[in-house]
Amino acid sequence: MPIYVKDWDIVVPGDLLAEGDYTAGPYVYKEDNKLYSTTIGIVEQRKGTIRVVPLQGPYIPKVGDIVIGVVVDISPTAYVVDINSSYKAILQASEVVPPKRNVLAEDLTKYLDVGDVIVCKVMRFDKYSDVLLTCKGKDLGKIEGGRLVKITPAKIPRLIGRKGSMVNLIKKETGCKMVIGQNGYIWIKGKDKKLEALAEKAIRKVEREAHMSGLTQRVQNMLQSERGS
Amino acid sequence: MKDKEATLILPDGRRLDGRRPGEIRDIKIKVGILENADGSAYVEQGNTKIYAAVYGPREVHPRHLALPNKAIIRCRYHMAPFSVEERKSPAPSRREIELSKVIREALTPAIFVEQFPFTTIDVFVEVINADGSTRCASIIAASLALASAGIPMRDLVAACSVGKINGVLVLDVTDVEDKYGEVDMPFAMMPGKGEITLFQLDGVLTLEEAEEAIKMASKACMEIYEKEKSALKAKYIEARKAVEEVV
Repeated sequence: MPIYVKDWDIVVPGDLLAEGDYTAGPYVYKEDNKLYSTTIGIVEQRKGTIRVVPLQGPYIPKVGDIVIGVVVDISPTAYVVDINSSYKAILQASEVVPPKRNVLAEDLTKYLDVGDVIVCKVMRFDKYSDVLLTCKGKDLGKIEGGRLVKITPAKIPRLIGRKGSMVNLIKKETGCKMVIGQNGYIWIKGKDKKLEALAEKAIRKVEREAHMSGLTQRVQNMLQSERGS
Repeated sequence: MKDKEATLILPDGRRLDGRRPGEIRDIKIKVGILENADGSAYVEQGNTKIYAAVYGPREVHPRHLALPNKAIIRCRYHMAPFSVEERKSPAPSRREIELSKVIREALTPAIFVEQFPFTTIDVFVEVINADGSTRCASIIAASLALASAGIPMRDLVAACSVGKINGVLVLDVTDVEDKYGEVDMPFAMMPGKGEITLFQLDGVLTLEEAEEAIKMASKACMEIYEKEKSALKAKYIEARKAVEEVV
C-alpha cells in the first residue's frame, strides 16, 4: 500500500495520492484501487483515510450552517437572499413578521429591505430545491454597522480553527465581535474602526497562509505587535 | 490549390522559428489573474496568448437549460478583433462556435458535473493573439481556470497539436505551418488517466503516421501537464516560502 504524499503537501486535481486499501475522504476519489485528488488543496491522512482540504472552491450549503446573506428580492410571502452559493436561498416572511399577523397584508419592507444583511441558519437543503433559511434563534437576524469581509468559503474552517481557536484568538486580541458565515462572509463589529481593520488584516492573513502550519502562532504575533505599536 | 509547396523545414532540419520537429514552444502560464472571475488562467505559447475565466457553479439562466442530475457546462471561445493580422469581426463566427463546442467537450470528461445539479459552469476563453494551436492553448487555459476555481476535477486536461509539414511530423504548429502545411491534428488528453478528450484531424495521415502523431502528442501533453501542475501550485508555494523566510 504505497502512499505518495505526506501531510501538508499541496496537491492539484488528478494528483495520485496513494494506492491500495485506503479510504477516500472528501475531495478524493478512488479509481482502480488508486486514490486521486479532485481539487487544489492540502493532504491530510488519519487512520487509513486520505482527505484533501480544499484551498479554493464554491460554497455548498449544509443544513445547520450559519450563513450571512444579502436580501436581493422580496416576493409576497418571502425574501430572496444571496448567500454566495450556486443555489438561491429563501427566507419565509413568517420568520420575521410577528405571529398572528397576515403575512400577505403586511408591507414586508418594514422588516427587511433589499440590500439588508442578515445572519441566518440553513434549515433545509437538498440540492434539488432552493435553500430554505431561518433567522429565528440566538444571534440570528439583521445586522447593522461594523464591516463585512468576504473570503474563499473553502478557508472558513481554517479561520474558525480547532474548536474555534483561531477566531477566539482574533476576538480576544482585538475585542471585536465576529460572526462567521460558512458561505465566506465574516461580519466584524468592534469598538472603533482601527480594531475592525486589525481584525480584517488578521482574517486576510489567515486566508493567505491557510495552507501552512503554525498559523495561530503567527496570527497571534502579528496581532500583538500591531496592537502594541 | 497550392501550386508550389512552401518551405517550412530548413535544410538543417529546423523549422522556421528554429525549433526541431519534436519541440513545443515555450509555455508561460499564470493562474488566478482575473479578480472578478471565480477562476482564471493566462497561457502564452509562443505568440499565442490566451485568457480563460471560469464562473460557477452558478444558477442557470435561462432556467429551462438546467439539468436535474448534473451541472451544464457552457463555453465561449472568442477571438479578439486584433488577435489576427486582418481585423476579425467580433461577432462569433462559424469557426468560433465550433471551437466553443469542441473545447467544452474536451473539458467535460474531467469535471465531476454530477456534484452540482441545476447549475452551470461558464467558461470564457479569449484569444488575445493568435499564432496557431489556439484551441489547444485554450484547453490548457480553461482547464487551469477550472482547477483554480476549485471545481472538483478528475484530472487536468493538457493539449498539443501535431502537424505535418514538408512531409515531416511536427509538434505544436504555428499559424504559418498550419496554413501552408499538409496536416493539423489538435489533440487533448487527461495525462494522469491516459484518456483522450479531443482528437481532430485536418488533412491526411497514413495509419503509421497517425500512430506516430498520437505518440508525439501524448508525450508533449505529459510535458505540458507537469507545467500546468507547477503553475497551479506556484502561488501557494511562494506564500509558503515568504513565511519561511520571515521565521
